[in-house]
Amino acid sequence: MSSCLKYVSCRQHMTTEGNFWSKKIEISVSEAEKRTGRNAMNMQETYTAYLIETRSVEPSDGQSVLTDSLWRRYSEFELLRNYLLVFYPHIVVPPLPEKRAEFVWHKLSADNMDPDFVERRRIGLENFLLRVASHSVLSEDKIFYLFLTQENNWKETVNETGFQLKADSRLKALNATFRVKNPDKRFTELKHYGDELQSVISHLLRVRARVADRLYGVYKVHGNYGRVFSEWSAIEKEMGDGLQSAGHHMDVYAASIDDILEEEEHYADQLKEYLFYAEALRAVCRKHELMQYDLEMAAQDLASKKQQCEELATGTVRTFSLKGMTSKLFGQETPEQREARIKVLEEQISEGEEQLKCKNLEGREFVKAAWADIERFKEQKNHDLKEALISYAVMQISMCKKGIQVWTNAKECFSKM
Amino acid sequence: MSAGGVGTPKSLPSSGPKSLQDMPHPLAGPSSEDIAGGELTPSPDLQLPRSIADKDLSLPNGGTPAGTSSPASSSSLLNRLQLDDDLDGETRDLFVTVEDPKKHVCTMETYITYRVTTKTSRIEFDLPEYSIRRRYQDFDWLRNKLEESQPTHLIPPLPEKFVVKGVVDRFSEEFVETRRKALDKFLKRIADHPVLSFNEHFNVFLTAKDLNAYKKQGMALLSKVGESVKYVTGGYKLRSRPLEFAAMGEYLDTFALKLGTIDRIAQRIIKEEVEYLVELREYGPVYSTWGGLEMELEEPLEGVSACIGNCCTALEDLTDDMTEDFLPVLREYILYSESMKNVLKKRDQVQGEYEAKLEAIALKKEERPKVPAEVEKCQDRVECFNADLKADMERWQNNKRQDFRQLLMGMADKNIQYYEKVKSVKLPE
Repeated sequence: MSSCLKYVSCRQHMTTEGNFWSKKIEISVSEAEKRTGRNAMNMQETYTAYLIETRSVEPSDGQSVLTDSLWRRYSEFELLRNYLLVFYPHIVVPPLPEKRAEFVWHKLSADNMDPDFVERRRIGLENFLLRVASHSVLSEDKIFYLFLTQENNWKETVNETGFQLKADSRLKALNATFRVKNPDKRFTELKHYGDELQSVISHLLRVRARVADRLYGVYKVHGNYGRVFSEWSAIEKEMGDGLQSAGHHMDVYAASIDDILEEEEHYADQLKEYLFYAEALRAVCRKHELMQYDLEMAAQDLASKKQQCEELATGTVRTFSLKGMTSKLFGQETPEQREARIKVLEEQISEGEEQLKCKNLEGREFVKAAWADIERFKEQKNHDLKEALISYAVMQISMCKKGIQVWTNAKECFSKM
Repeated sequence: MSAGGVGTPKSLPSSGPKSLQDMPHPLAGPSSEDIAGGELTPSPDLQLPRSIADKDLSLPNGGTPAGTSSPASSSSLLNRLQLDDDLDGETRDLFVTVEDPKKHVCTMETYITYRVTTKTSRIEFDLPEYSIRRRYQDFDWLRNKLEESQPTHLIPPLPEKFVVKGVVDRFSEEFVETRRKALDKFLKRIADHPVLSFNEHFNVFLTAKDLNAYKKQGMALLSKVGESVKYVTGGYKLRSRPLEFAAMGEYLDTFALKLGTIDRIAQRIIKEEVEYLVELREYGPVYSTWGGLEMELEEPLEGVSACIGNCCTALEDLTDDMTEDFLPVLREYILYSESMKNVLKKRDQVQGEYEAKLEAIALKKEERPKVPAEVEKCQDRVECFNADLKADMERWQNNKRQDFRQLLMGMADKNIQYYEKVKSVKLPE
């Protein structure tokens, strides 16, 4: 089955300025396969593997040639994404399709091995790769390139980057949220927006699932008319034919809901992507907070050291210091000791000032880069969601047209009774 | 052949296609104004006795136009029926409508009355027009009277008498309107019936200012005359049921079953639709909330929210219509089938009685071949009953077909209208 990309407007081909791609490429996640293997604990497990095919496009005639083809499982996609999150904290990193089926309505399976779920995941993973490939910064990443081209030992390569160590601790990030004194207002607003967006989309998805459930019930019960009309027609003379054929249309009506709701699942998946994007947005904001917090701590530390130095030099004690305390208790220190201490502090202060300069620069560059990507993201979001909403409205209209058709047919059958 | 004028939609208020002045008198000869069925004047047997008191009440066919008990009356009855079928609505001469429900609050009780309007050119009626008010009790009385006095005919059903208080509001607009439609249909079916429409009680129901006085008089009358038209339900064993009645009985059994199933399905659909509506009502506003967060997306989001709101309104209309217009008619026909089965049983009893009497005679060998008058009367009863019932069943089948054709087309229509309403929504660019 060909991959359906109706909701990815940026089915992108790479620009030729990329490091690793000499020509435009096409990426597709074309197949999914059930596999069994042994996991790290040497226990047997079942998982699904996805075939990723990369094609290179001839600029002259647009013909594409298969250049790479390998199998990856979901956990490897996760690894790639976690790596990107760490190395590109200023980028709103595209999300993966959900790990477990959520927002299910009764007919939909919550089982990860269910073929419909696997199919929708396949599409979601392809979408993820295309988003990364079309991003001006992310597409140039070597690990991403290797993900598409290096079948063996890719995991080891990723781990060798040491990204896990670079990752900020969750606790630290949480700390930062509450203690930052001068956050950039724009990031605060953006984080607030991310929170609201996440909340409203998950509410929407929950209710939509319930709506789908109910609609399914309405259509399916009509199927019972088919059976009873058929039975009734058996005892009728003139009415028989009309009833029988009308009953057939009721069966058609009842069956039509399956396709309708399957199409709607794609719409739900588009919403889900942006639900998860909201999380990525918040991640960027958190990074900013962290950096800001770091900066503020460093500045605070520097200021306190400067103060200490000043006090030591002038002999006035304004700030509390352990040294000051102990010298009070255990006797004054010698002028030589004091000199030594001042020297150390002055070195630290000098270092600190350098660091602060660096951090400030880092911070400003981060803000600049992040904000650029956020603007890019906003445009993408507006474009994609607008299209999704319009196609949803079109789906509803198409459903109405089908309904009118079936009932008109049934009405004609009734008129012949 | 087309559906014909006899069984035209009963839910519409009947209105004469011609003014009363132009309508040909039933006994008049053909005139230039007459169209299609104009030359066919009804049989001269139309002169009906005004009151039942004149008739010998032991005869089953007290209401038939012929007034005699010979088989000839059956054929003239069928004759009339054929004439009836040939007549367009234009030569119908009795129009009845039930409308304008009003609530009456008295010290003892509160109840609803309906205005019953009659327009007719029949000589059985003193005036060409009548307008009186009646309550459900009165309709119920009429139906009982008809069952008593015309036991060989199929009497149309009334809407349910008892309503579970607390579950349904007896005075709600929807309930009253549904009941009004059913009562209107009831009277129209009687008015269209070639025999029942000439019934004395029906006449009084349509015309009397004080129906209660007549009711009391009627009771006194019956007690004077004594044993009236009640049948001996002596549990006679039937030797063989004529095929057509056996078939009708089986048909009615299955028919009522299927209608019951359809009723349950329709109710279930309405229930599912109502639950769907509940969810939609929560769904729509979430899009609006989201729109409040966005700038560029606000318009399309509000658009989707409005679409969903529109869908809610249309869905509410659909479920209301189905509840008010579809379900009651189904139930009416189930009641109809039940009362018809009772009439079939009565017929069986009459035949059984006759067969038993006949057998008794055959055993008494000393009797002459001349059959005693009593047994002859029984035979007449059987034959009249069979003729009346057969004619009524045919009419019923025809009317049923048209009623269901209209009902089911109506259901399809309502669904089409629902989808049309939902579809008619503006898309953002």
